[in-house]
Amino acid sequence: MRKILEIPLDEARPDQDAILETQGIPSGKELTEDVKALLERAIDLFLEFSKPKVAISDISIPGFEALYKGEGLNEQDTPLDEIITKADDLALFAVTIGERVSEEIDRLFKANEFALGSMLDSVASAGTDKAADTAESRYFDLLSEKGRITSSKGVLRFSPGYCGWHMSGQEKLFEFLRPEDIGISLLESYLMKPLKSISGVLVAGDKDIFVFDDSYPFCSECRSRSCHKRIRTLLKESRSDKKKGVM
Amino acid sequence: MDILKEISVRLQQGDDERVCELTRQAVEKKVPPRAILDEGLIGGMNIIGERYKAHEIFLPQVLLAAKAMYAGTDVLRPLFVKEGMPAIGKVVIGSVQGDLHDIGKNLVGIMLKGAGFEVIDLGNDVPPERFVETAEKEDAAVIGISALLTTTMPVMKRTVDLLEEKGLRTKIRTIIGGAPISEEFAKQIGADAYGYDSTNAVESVKRLIMANESD
Ligand code: B12
Ligand code: SF4
Repeated sequence: MRKILEIPLDEARPDQDAILETQGIPSGKELTEDVKALLERAIDLFLEFSKPKVAISDISIPGFEALYKGEGLNEQDTPLDEIITKADDLALFAVTIGERVSEEIDRLFKANEFALGSMLDSVASAGTDKAADTAESRYFDLLSEKGRITSSKGVLRFSPGYCGWHMSGQEKLFEFLRPEDIGISLLESYLMKPLKSISGVLVAGDKDIFVFDDSYPFCSECRSRSCHKRIRTLLKESRSDKKKGVM
Repeated sequence: MDILKEISVRLQQGDDERVCELTRQAVEKKVPPRAILDEGLIGGMNIIGERYKAHEIFLPQVLLAAKAMYAGTDVLRPLFVKEGMPAIGKVVIGSVQGDLHDIGKNLVGIMLKGAGFEVIDLGNDVPPERFVETAEKEDAAVIGISALLTTTMPVMKRTVDLLEEKGLRTKIRTIIGGAPISEEFAKQIGADAYGYDSTNAVESVKRLIMANESD
Protein backbone atom coordinates (compact mmCIF):
# COMPACT_ATOMS: atom_id res chain seq x y z
CA MET A 1 0.00 0.00 0.00
CA ARG A 2 1.21 3.52 -0.83
CA LYS A 3 -0.98 6.48 0.03
CA ILE A 4 -0.72 10.20 -0.44
CA LEU A 5 -3.13 12.08 1.76
CA GLU A 6 -3.95 15.70 2.41
CA ILE A 7 -4.29 16.45 6.11
CA PRO A 8 -7.22 18.75 6.99
CA LEU A 9 -5.87 21.97 8.48
CA ASP A 10 -7.73 21.59 11.75
CA GLU A 11 -5.86 18.32 12.32
CA ALA A 12 -2.49 20.05 11.91
CA ARG A 13 -3.40 23.01 14.11
CA PRO A 14 -0.99 22.73 17.04
CA ASP A 15 -1.79 23.04 20.73
CA GLN A 16 -0.88 26.30 22.44
CA ASP A 17 1.58 24.69 24.87
CA ALA A 18 3.53 23.06 22.03
CA ILE A 19 3.88 26.41 20.26
CA LEU A 20 4.89 28.33 23.37
CA GLU A 21 7.46 25.69 24.34
CA THR A 22 9.53 26.61 21.24
CA GLN A 23 9.18 30.27 22.26
CA GLY A 24 10.63 29.35 25.66
CA ILE A 25 7.36 30.24 27.46
CA PRO A 26 6.55 27.73 30.22
CA SER A 27 3.21 25.95 30.12
CA GLY A 28 0.53 27.62 32.26
CA LYS A 29 2.20 31.03 32.14
CA GLU A 30 -0.31 33.90 31.92
CA LEU A 31 0.17 35.56 28.51
CA THR A 32 0.32 39.32 28.07
CA GLU A 33 -2.12 40.90 25.60
CA ASP A 34 0.60 41.55 22.99
CA VAL A 35 1.78 37.93 23.09
CA LYS A 36 -1.82 36.67 22.83
CA ALA A 37 -2.35 38.86 19.76
CA LEU A 38 0.87 37.60 18.16
CA LEU A 39 -0.14 34.00 18.80
CA GLU A 40 -3.56 34.50 17.21
CA ARG A 41 -2.11 36.20 14.14
CA ALA A 42 0.55 33.54 13.74
CA ILE A 43 -2.08 30.77 13.89
CA ASP A 44 -4.15 32.60 11.25
CA LEU A 45 -1.09 32.84 8.99
CA PHE A 46 -0.30 29.18 9.57
CA LEU A 47 -3.85 28.24 8.54
CA GLU A 48 -3.59 30.51 5.50
CA PHE A 49 -0.21 29.32 4.23
CA SER A 50 0.19 25.65 5.14
CA LYS A 51 -0.85 22.70 3.06
CA PRO A 52 -0.18 19.61 5.16
CA LYS A 53 0.34 16.40 3.21
CA VAL A 54 1.57 12.94 4.08
CA ALA A 55 3.01 10.06 2.08
CA ILE A 56 2.73 6.59 3.69
CA SER A 57 4.14 3.38 2.26
CA ASP A 58 4.02 -0.12 3.78
CA ILE A 59 7.32 -1.89 4.23
CA SER A 60 7.99 -5.47 5.38
CA ILE A 61 9.99 -6.06 8.56
CA PRO A 62 12.97 -7.60 6.69
CA GLY A 63 12.69 -4.78 4.12
CA PHE A 64 12.88 -2.19 6.88
CA GLU A 65 15.72 -3.98 8.68
CA ALA A 66 17.80 -3.69 5.51
CA LEU A 67 16.80 -0.05 5.02
CA TYR A 68 17.46 0.81 8.68
CA LYS A 69 21.09 -0.32 8.33
CA GLY A 70 21.37 2.63 5.94
CA GLU A 71 24.97 3.61 5.34
CA GLY A 72 26.05 1.62 8.42
CA LEU A 73 26.35 4.73 10.58
CA ASN A 74 23.63 4.08 13.20
CA GLU A 75 24.59 3.81 16.86
CA GLN A 76 25.47 0.28 17.91
CA ASP A 77 22.42 -0.37 20.04
CA THR A 78 19.17 1.53 19.36
CA PRO A 79 15.55 1.27 20.60
CA LEU A 80 14.33 0.52 17.07
CA ASP A 81 16.63 -2.55 16.73
CA GLU A 82 14.47 -4.31 19.28
CA ILE A 83 11.10 -2.71 18.62
CA ILE A 84 10.93 -3.67 14.95
CA THR A 85 11.45 -7.35 15.70
CA LYS A 86 8.29 -7.24 17.86
CA ALA A 87 6.20 -5.03 15.52
CA ASP A 88 3.11 -6.22 13.63
CA ASP A 89 3.33 -3.76 10.73
CA LEU A 90 5.61 -1.00 9.51
CA ALA A 91 5.26 1.89 7.06
CA LEU A 92 7.59 4.67 5.98
CA PHE A 93 6.14 8.16 6.08
CA ALA A 94 6.94 11.79 5.35
CA VAL A 95 4.84 14.85 6.17
CA THR A 96 5.23 18.45 5.13
CA ILE A 97 3.25 21.62 5.56
CA GLY A 98 4.82 23.02 2.38
CA GLU A 99 7.18 25.84 1.47
CA ARG A 100 4.78 28.81 1.63
CA VAL A 101 4.90 29.10 5.44
CA SER A 102 8.71 29.27 5.40
CA GLU A 103 8.56 31.95 2.70
CA GLU A 104 6.16 33.95 4.86
CA ILE A 105 8.45 33.62 7.91
CA ASP A 106 11.32 34.88 5.77
CA ARG A 107 9.25 37.80 4.50
CA LEU A 108 8.23 38.78 8.04
CA PHE A 109 11.85 38.78 9.25
CA LYS A 110 12.90 40.92 6.28
CA ALA A 111 10.10 43.38 7.14
CA ASN A 112 11.43 43.61 10.75
CA GLU A 113 8.32 41.77 12.02
CA PHE A 114 10.59 39.57 14.13
CA ALA A 115 8.13 38.67 16.89
CA LEU A 116 5.43 37.57 14.44
CA GLY A 117 7.96 35.78 12.21
CA SER A 118 9.39 33.90 15.16
CA MET A 119 5.93 33.04 16.50
CA LEU A 120 4.89 31.77 13.05
CA ASP A 121 8.05 29.65 12.96
CA SER A 122 7.06 28.09 16.29
CA VAL A 123 3.47 27.50 15.11
CA ALA A 124 4.78 25.94 11.89
CA SER A 125 7.23 23.63 13.71
CA ALA A 126 4.56 22.51 16.19
CA GLY A 127 2.07 22.19 13.30
CA THR A 128 4.45 19.90 11.40
CA ASP A 129 4.76 17.74 14.52
CA LYS A 130 0.99 17.68 14.83
CA ALA A 131 0.70 16.65 11.17
CA ALA A 132 3.08 13.76 11.94
CA ASP A 133 0.80 12.76 14.86
CA THR A 134 -2.04 12.71 12.34
CA ALA A 135 0.05 10.42 10.09
CA GLU A 136 0.15 7.96 13.00
CA SER A 137 -3.66 8.13 13.32
CA ARG A 138 -4.14 7.70 9.56
CA TYR A 139 -1.92 4.62 9.53
CA PHE A 140 -3.86 3.22 12.46
CA ASP A 141 -7.11 3.76 10.52
CA LEU A 142 -5.69 2.15 7.36
CA LEU A 143 -4.62 -0.93 9.36
CA SER A 144 -7.93 -0.95 11.18
CA GLU A 145 -9.84 -1.05 7.88
CA LYS A 146 -7.88 -4.19 7.02
CA GLY A 147 -8.60 -5.68 10.47
CA ARG A 148 -4.89 -5.66 11.31
CA ILE A 149 -5.05 -3.52 14.46
CA THR A 150 -7.29 -3.10 17.51
CA SER A 151 -7.59 -0.29 20.05
CA SER A 152 -5.40 -2.16 22.55
CA LYS A 153 -2.48 -1.69 20.12
CA GLY A 154 -0.75 1.48 18.99
CA VAL A 155 1.27 3.24 16.30
CA LEU A 156 4.41 5.24 17.13
CA ARG A 157 6.83 7.03 14.82
CA PHE A 158 10.61 7.18 14.77
CA SER A 159 12.76 9.47 12.64
CA PRO A 160 16.32 9.53 11.27
CA GLY A 161 18.34 11.89 13.43
CA TYR A 162 16.68 10.60 16.62
CA CYS A 163 17.29 7.64 18.90
CA GLY A 164 20.52 6.45 17.27
CA TRP A 165 19.12 6.34 13.71
CA HIS A 166 21.77 8.22 11.72
CA MET A 167 20.72 11.12 9.48
CA SER A 168 22.18 9.28 6.46
CA GLY A 169 19.19 6.92 6.83
CA GLN A 170 17.27 9.61 4.95
CA GLU A 171 18.83 8.47 1.68
CA LYS A 172 17.36 4.94 1.65
CA LEU A 173 14.11 6.19 3.17
CA PHE A 174 13.71 8.64 0.28
CA GLU A 175 14.59 5.99 -2.34
CA PHE A 176 11.83 3.76 -1.01
CA LEU A 177 9.12 6.29 -0.14
CA ARG A 178 9.61 8.85 -2.93
CA PRO A 179 8.18 11.82 -0.96
CA GLU A 180 9.03 14.02 -3.95
CA ASP A 181 5.39 13.30 -4.86
CA ILE A 182 4.28 15.52 -1.98
CA GLY A 183 6.94 18.12 -2.80
CA ILE A 184 9.74 17.06 -0.42
CA SER A 185 13.28 16.82 -1.77
CA LEU A 186 16.44 15.71 0.00
CA LEU A 187 19.57 17.84 -0.10
CA GLU A 188 23.09 16.45 -0.05
CA SER A 189 23.29 17.44 3.63
CA TYR A 190 20.22 15.17 4.22
CA LEU A 191 18.15 18.22 5.01
CA MET A 192 14.63 18.11 3.61
CA LYS A 193 13.16 20.94 1.62
CA PRO A 194 10.60 22.31 2.63
CA LEU A 195 12.18 22.82 6.03
CA LYS A 196 8.96 22.09 7.87
CA SER A 197 8.93 18.37 7.06
CA ILE A 198 9.30 15.18 9.09
CA SER A 199 10.24 11.71 7.84
CA GLY A 200 10.43 8.33 9.50
CA VAL A 201 8.86 4.97 10.15
CA LEU A 202 5.44 4.23 11.61
CA VAL A 203 5.55 1.17 13.84
CA ALA A 204 2.32 -0.69 14.71
CA GLY A 205 2.15 -3.23 17.48
CA ASP A 206 1.35 -3.96 21.12
CA LYS A 207 1.76 -0.83 23.17
CA ASP A 208 4.24 -2.40 25.56
CA ILE A 209 6.81 -2.95 22.78
CA PHE A 210 7.33 0.81 22.82
CA VAL A 211 8.30 1.03 26.46
CA PHE A 212 12.07 1.58 26.67
CA ASP A 213 14.53 3.48 28.84
CA ASP A 214 16.01 6.74 27.62
CA SER A 215 19.40 5.69 28.93
CA TYR A 216 21.19 4.91 25.66
CA PRO A 217 24.59 6.61 25.43
CA PHE A 218 23.28 8.99 22.73
CA CYS A 219 20.33 10.11 24.91
CA SER A 220 22.64 12.41 26.84
CA GLU A 221 23.05 14.52 23.68
CA CYS A 222 19.35 14.48 22.74
CA ARG A 223 17.85 17.93 23.03
CA SER A 224 14.27 16.90 22.43
CA ARG A 225 13.75 13.89 24.75
CA SER A 226 10.40 13.54 23.01
CA CYS A 227 10.24 9.76 23.64
CA HIS A 228 8.82 10.25 27.15
CA LYS A 229 5.92 12.37 26.03
CA ARG A 230 5.06 10.28 23.01
CA ILE A 231 5.15 6.94 24.82
CA ARG A 232 3.17 8.35 27.72
CA THR A 233 0.52 9.68 25.32
CA LEU A 234 0.32 6.34 23.54
CA LEU A 235 -0.04 4.35 26.75
CA LYS A 236 -2.67 6.72 28.13
CA GLU A 237 -4.93 7.16 25.15
CA SER A 238 -6.80 4.79 22.93
CA ARG A 239 -6.65 5.81 19.26
CA SER A 240 -10.26 7.01 19.18
CA ASP A 241 -9.59 9.30 22.18
CA LYS A 242 -6.53 10.65 20.41
CA LYS A 243 -8.54 11.49 17.32
CA LYS A 244 -11.05 13.36 19.44
CA GLY A 245 -8.21 15.35 20.99
CA VAL A 246 -7.00 16.40 17.56
CA MET A 247 -10.23 18.13 16.61
CA MET B 1 10.85 62.46 31.52
CA ASP B 2 14.21 62.94 29.82
CA ILE B 3 13.76 62.12 26.13
CA LEU B 4 16.52 59.48 26.11
CA LYS B 5 14.92 57.74 29.08
CA GLU B 6 11.56 57.90 27.32
CA ILE B 7 13.04 56.34 24.17
CA SER B 8 14.47 53.54 26.30
CA VAL B 9 11.16 52.96 28.13
CA ARG B 10 9.05 52.98 24.94
CA LEU B 11 11.52 50.64 23.29
CA GLN B 12 11.18 48.22 26.19
CA GLN B 13 7.40 48.34 25.67
CA GLY B 14 7.91 47.43 22.00
CA ASP B 15 6.24 50.68 20.88
CA ASP B 16 8.07 51.09 17.56
CA GLU B 17 6.00 54.02 16.31
CA ARG B 18 6.60 56.08 19.45
CA VAL B 19 10.33 55.22 19.46
CA CYS B 20 10.56 56.41 15.85
CA GLU B 21 8.76 59.68 16.75
CA LEU B 22 10.81 60.31 19.89
CA THR B 23 14.08 59.62 18.06
CA ARG B 24 13.09 62.23 15.45
CA GLN B 25 12.23 64.71 18.21
CA ALA B 26 15.56 64.09 19.94
CA VAL B 27 17.41 64.74 16.65
CA GLU B 28 15.45 67.98 16.18
CA LYS B 29 16.37 69.03 19.72
CA LYS B 30 20.03 68.51 18.72
CA VAL B 31 20.65 65.67 21.16
CA PRO B 32 23.88 64.08 19.84
CA PRO B 33 22.95 61.05 17.67
CA ARG B 34 25.56 58.95 19.46
CA ALA B 35 23.82 59.61 22.81
CA ILE B 36 20.41 58.73 21.32
CA LEU B 37 21.87 55.46 20.06
CA ASP B 38 23.86 54.50 23.16
CA GLU B 39 21.64 55.74 25.97
CA GLY B 40 18.18 55.56 24.36
CA LEU B 41 18.19 52.65 21.95
CA ILE B 42 21.03 50.34 22.99
CA GLY B 43 20.42 51.29 26.65
CA GLY B 44 16.80 50.09 26.31
CA MET B 45 17.83 46.90 24.54
CA ASN B 46 20.41 46.14 27.23
CA ILE B 47 17.70 46.29 29.89
CA ILE B 48 15.53 43.99 27.72
CA GLY B 49 18.47 41.57 27.40
CA GLU B 50 18.97 41.48 31.18
CA ARG B 51 15.25 40.94 31.84
CA TYR B 52 15.16 38.14 29.26
CA LYS B 53 18.15 36.47 30.85
CA ALA B 54 16.42 36.69 34.23
CA HIS B 55 13.27 35.07 32.69
CA GLU B 56 11.18 38.12 33.56
CA ILE B 57 10.14 38.48 29.94
CA PHE B 58 10.09 36.07 26.99
CA LEU B 59 11.24 35.95 23.39
CA PRO B 60 8.21 37.75 21.84
CA GLN B 61 8.75 40.83 24.05
CA VAL B 62 12.45 40.86 23.19
CA LEU B 63 11.63 40.77 19.48
CA LEU B 64 8.99 43.51 19.76
CA ALA B 65 11.61 45.68 21.48
CA ALA B 66 14.12 44.82 18.73
CA LYS B 67 11.67 46.04 16.09
CA ALA B 68 11.35 49.32 18.01
CA MET B 69 15.15 49.59 18.16
CA TYR B 70 15.41 49.12 14.39
CA ALA B 71 12.78 51.85 13.92
CA GLY B 72 14.97 54.23 15.94
CA THR B 73 18.24 53.32 14.24
CA ASP B 74 16.62 53.84 10.81
CA VAL B 75 16.04 57.47 11.83
CA LEU B 76 19.65 57.86 12.96
CA ARG B 77 21.38 56.08 10.06
CA PRO B 78 21.45 59.09 7.66
CA LEU B 79 23.22 61.12 10.35
CA PHE B 80 26.13 58.71 10.35
CA VAL B 81 26.62 58.54 6.57
CA LYS B 82 30.19 59.80 6.69
CA GLU B 83 31.66 57.72 9.48
CA GLY B 84 29.14 54.86 9.28
CA MET B 85 26.88 53.70 12.09
CA PRO B 86 28.98 53.39 15.27
CA ALA B 87 29.36 49.79 16.44
CA ILE B 88 31.18 47.95 19.20
CA GLY B 89 32.39 45.39 16.67
CA LYS B 90 31.58 43.77 13.35
CA VAL B 91 30.23 40.23 13.11
CA VAL B 92 29.63 38.17 9.97
CA ILE B 93 26.95 35.54 10.52
CA GLY B 94 25.26 32.86 8.45
CA SER B 95 23.97 29.32 8.38
CA VAL B 96 26.48 26.71 7.32
CA GLN B 97 26.69 25.34 3.76
CA GLY B 98 23.94 22.76 3.20
CA ASP B 99 21.65 24.32 5.81
CA LEU B 100 18.49 26.20 4.88
CA HIS B 101 17.35 26.89 8.41
CA ASP B 102 17.97 30.45 9.50
CA ILE B 103 15.65 31.25 12.37
CA GLY B 104 18.29 30.58 15.07
CA LYS B 105 20.88 32.62 13.21
CA ASN B 106 18.34 35.43 12.70
CA LEU B 107 17.63 35.62 16.42
CA VAL B 108 21.34 35.76 17.22
CA GLY B 109 21.81 38.53 14.65
CA ILE B 110 18.94 40.58 16.10
CA MET B 111 20.33 40.31 19.63
CA LEU B 112 23.84 41.23 18.46
CA LYS B 113 22.52 44.33 16.67
CA GLY B 114 20.50 45.15 19.77
CA ALA B 115 23.70 45.08 21.81
CA GLY B 116 25.37 47.53 19.43
CA PHE B 117 27.24 45.26 17.00
CA GLU B 118 27.26 45.71 13.26
CA VAL B 119 26.00 42.45 11.79
CA ILE B 120 26.58 41.28 8.24
CA ASP B 121 24.10 38.48 7.63
CA LEU B 122 25.07 36.20 4.74
CA GLY B 123 21.83 34.19 4.92
CA ASN B 124 21.86 30.42 4.70
CA ASP B 125 23.80 27.75 2.79
CA VAL B 126 26.98 29.83 3.15
CA PRO B 127 30.25 28.18 1.95
CA PRO B 128 33.38 28.59 4.13
CA GLU B 129 35.10 30.74 1.48
CA ARG B 130 32.28 33.29 1.61
CA PHE B 131 32.45 33.59 5.39
CA VAL B 132 36.19 34.17 5.30
CA GLU B 133 36.27 36.48 2.26
CA THR B 134 33.48 38.66 3.68
CA ALA B 135 35.05 38.86 7.14
CA GLU B 136 38.39 39.81 5.59
CA LYS B 137 36.90 42.41 3.26
CA GLU B 138 34.69 43.97 5.92
CA ASP B 139 37.40 43.80 8.58
CA ALA B 140 35.04 41.87 10.88
CA ALA B 141 36.26 40.67 14.24
CA VAL B 142 34.04 37.59 14.50
CA ILE B 143 32.41 34.98 12.25
CA GLY B 144 29.28 33.30 13.68
CA ILE B 145 28.05 30.06 12.10
CA SER B 146 24.77 28.26 12.71
CA ALA B 147 23.75 24.63 11.98
CA LEU B 148 20.48 22.70 12.40
CA LEU B 149 21.69 19.17 11.74
CA THR B 150 24.83 17.23 12.69
CA THR B 151 25.47 16.43 9.02
CA THR B 152 26.50 19.98 8.21
CA MET B 153 28.82 20.32 11.20
CA PRO B 154 32.03 19.22 9.37
CA VAL B 155 31.68 22.24 7.05
CA MET B 156 31.99 24.46 10.13
CA LYS B 157 35.45 23.02 10.71
CA ARG B 158 36.42 23.92 7.14
CA THR B 159 35.76 27.59 7.91
CA VAL B 160 38.03 27.47 10.97
CA ASP B 161 40.68 25.61 8.93
CA LEU B 162 40.48 28.17 6.13
CA LEU B 163 41.11 31.00 8.60
CA GLU B 164 44.11 29.07 9.88
CA GLU B 165 45.48 28.55 6.35
CA LYS B 166 45.18 32.27 5.65
CA GLY B 167 46.88 33.18 8.93
CA LEU B 168 43.71 34.90 10.16
CA ARG B 169 42.83 32.64 13.10
CA THR B 170 43.87 35.15 15.76
CA LYS B 171 42.52 38.21 13.97
CA ILE B 172 39.09 36.81 13.14
CA ARG B 173 37.46 34.78 15.92
CA THR B 174 34.81 32.12 15.35
CA ILE B 175 31.68 31.29 17.32
CA ILE B 176 29.30 28.46 16.46
CA GLY B 177 25.79 27.48 17.57
CA GLY B 178 22.58 25.66 16.69
CA ALA B 179 20.51 22.76 18.03
CA PRO B 180 23.06 19.92 17.58
CA ILE B 181 26.17 21.94 18.55
CA SER B 182 27.92 21.59 21.90
CA GLU B 183 30.77 23.27 23.71
CA GLU B 184 32.75 20.08 23.20
CA PHE B 185 32.24 20.11 19.43
CA ALA B 186 33.33 23.76 19.28
CA LYS B 187 36.56 22.85 21.08
CA GLN B 188 37.07 19.83 18.86
CA ILE B 189 37.01 21.87 15.63
CA GLY B 190 39.03 24.73 17.08
CA ALA B 191 36.22 27.32 17.13
CA ASP B 192 36.82 30.07 19.68
CA ALA B 193 33.38 29.90 21.30
CA TYR B 194 30.00 28.19 21.43
CA GLY B 195 26.71 30.01 21.95
CA TYR B 196 23.84 28.09 23.53
CA ASP B 197 21.24 30.75 22.76
CA SER B 198 21.02 34.34 21.58
CA THR B 199 21.74 35.99 24.95
CA ASN B 200 24.65 33.70 25.54
CA ALA B 201 25.84 34.47 21.99
CA VAL B 202 26.02 38.21 22.76
CA GLU B 203 28.05 37.62 25.92
CA SER B 204 30.43 35.27 24.12
CA VAL B 205 30.96 37.63 21.17
CA LYS B 206 31.68 40.49 23.59
CA ARG B 207 34.25 38.27 25.33
CA LEU B 208 35.87 37.37 22.00
CA ILE B 209 36.17 41.00 20.99
CA MET B 210 37.60 41.98 24.36
CA ALA B 211 40.15 39.15 24.13
CA ASN B 212 41.16 40.32 20.65
CA GLU B 213 41.57 43.92 21.80
CA SER B 214 43.78 42.92 24.73
CA ASP B 215 45.99 40.74 22.44
C1 B12 C 1 11.49 22.50 16.07
C2 B12 C 1 12.34 21.38 15.55
C3 B12 C 1 12.02 20.85 14.30
C4 B12 C 1 10.93 21.43 13.41
C5 B12 C 1 11.41 22.53 12.47
C6 B12 C 1 12.86 22.78 12.39
C7 B12 C 1 13.12 24.24 12.08
N1 B12 C 1 13.92 24.88 12.88
O1 B12 C 1 12.55 24.80 11.21
C8 B12 C 1 10.50 20.19 12.60
C9 B12 C 1 9.41 19.52 13.44
C10 B12 C 1 9.97 20.40 11.20
C11 B12 C 1 11.80 19.38 12.65
C12 B12 C 1 12.15 18.45 11.71
C13 B12 C 1 13.32 17.70 11.79
N2 B12 C 1 14.16 17.64 12.83
CO1 B12 C 1 14.09 18.84 14.33
N3 B12 C 1 14.13 19.85 15.90
C14 B12 C 1 13.41 20.84 16.30
C15 B12 C 1 13.85 21.27 17.73
C16 B12 C 1 12.86 20.69 18.74
C17 B12 C 1 13.97 22.78 17.92
C18 B12 C 1 14.75 23.50 16.81
C19 B12 C 1 14.32 24.95 16.73
O2 B12 C 1 13.76 25.38 15.73
N4 B12 C 1 14.55 25.71 17.81
C20 B12 C 1 14.22 27.12 17.86
C21 B12 C 1 15.36 27.93 17.19
C22 B12 C 1 15.15 29.39 17.36
O3 B12 C 1 16.52 27.55 17.88
P1 B12 C 1 17.90 27.23 17.17
O4 B12 C 1 17.80 27.17 15.72
O5 B12 C 1 18.50 26.06 17.87
O6 B12 C 1 18.77 28.53 17.54
C23 B12 C 1 19.08 28.92 18.88
C24 B12 C 1 20.38 28.31 19.43
O7 B12 C 1 20.70 27.06 18.89
C25 B12 C 1 21.42 29.36 19.18
N5 B12 C 1 22.05 29.44 17.86
C26 B12 C 1 21.58 29.05 16.65
N6 B12 C 1 22.44 29.39 15.68
C27 B12 C 1 23.48 30.00 16.25
C28 B12 C 1 24.64 30.55 15.71
C29 B12 C 1 25.57 31.15 16.56
C30 B12 C 1 26.79 31.75 15.98
C31 B12 C 1 25.35 31.15 17.97
C32 B12 C 1 26.36 31.74 18.86
C33 B12 C 1 24.18 30.60 18.51
C34 B12 C 1 23.26 30.03 17.66
O8 B12 C 1 20.70 30.56 19.38
C35 B12 C 1 19.39 30.43 18.80
C36 B12 C 1 18.41 31.29 19.54
O9 B12 C 1 18.27 30.94 20.90
C37 B12 C 1 15.27 20.60 17.82
C38 B12 C 1 15.68 20.15 19.22
C39 B12 C 1 16.02 21.32 20.12
N7 B12 C 1 15.37 21.40 21.23
O10 B12 C 1 16.84 22.15 19.76
C40 B12 C 1 15.12 19.41 16.86
C41 B12 C 1 16.33 18.92 16.07
C42 B12 C 1 17.07 20.10 15.48
N8 B12 C 1 15.71 18.17 14.98
C43 B12 C 1 16.37 17.11 14.66
C44 B12 C 1 16.02 16.25 13.59
C45 B12 C 1 16.78 14.98 13.46
C46 B12 C 1 15.00 16.58 12.69
C47 B12 C 1 14.62 15.78 11.42
C48 B12 C 1 15.80 15.33 10.59
C49 B12 C 1 13.74 14.57 11.82
C50 B12 C 1 13.21 13.83 10.61
N9 B12 C 1 13.87 12.79 10.19
O11 B12 C 1 12.20 14.20 10.10
C51 B12 C 1 13.76 16.83 10.67
C52 B12 C 1 14.60 17.64 9.70
C53 B12 C 1 13.82 18.68 8.98
C54 B12 C 1 14.37 18.95 7.62
N10 B12 C 1 13.81 19.90 6.94
O12 B12 C 1 15.27 18.28 7.16
C55 B12 C 1 17.57 16.89 15.56
C56 B12 C 1 18.90 17.13 14.84
C57 B12 C 1 19.91 16.13 15.33
C58 B12 C 1 20.86 15.74 14.25
N11 B12 C 1 21.26 14.50 14.28
O13 B12 C 1 21.24 16.53 13.44
C59 B12 C 1 17.28 17.86 16.78
C60 B12 C 1 18.51 18.48 17.42
C61 B12 C 1 16.51 17.02 17.82
C62 B12 C 1 17.35 15.93 18.50
N12 B12 C 1 17.39 14.73 17.99
O14 B12 C 1 17.95 16.20 19.49
N13 B12 C 1 12.55 19.74 13.72
S1 SF4 D 1 16.07 10.66 24.94
FE1 SF4 D 1 16.04 11.24 22.76
S2 SF4 D 1 17.45 9.81 21.76
FE2 SF4 D 1 16.98 8.94 23.78
S3 SF4 D 1 15.29 7.56 23.35
FE3 SF4 D 1 14.38 9.55 23.96
S4 SF4 D 1 13.99 10.65 22.03
FE4 SF4 D 1 15.39 8.93 21.60
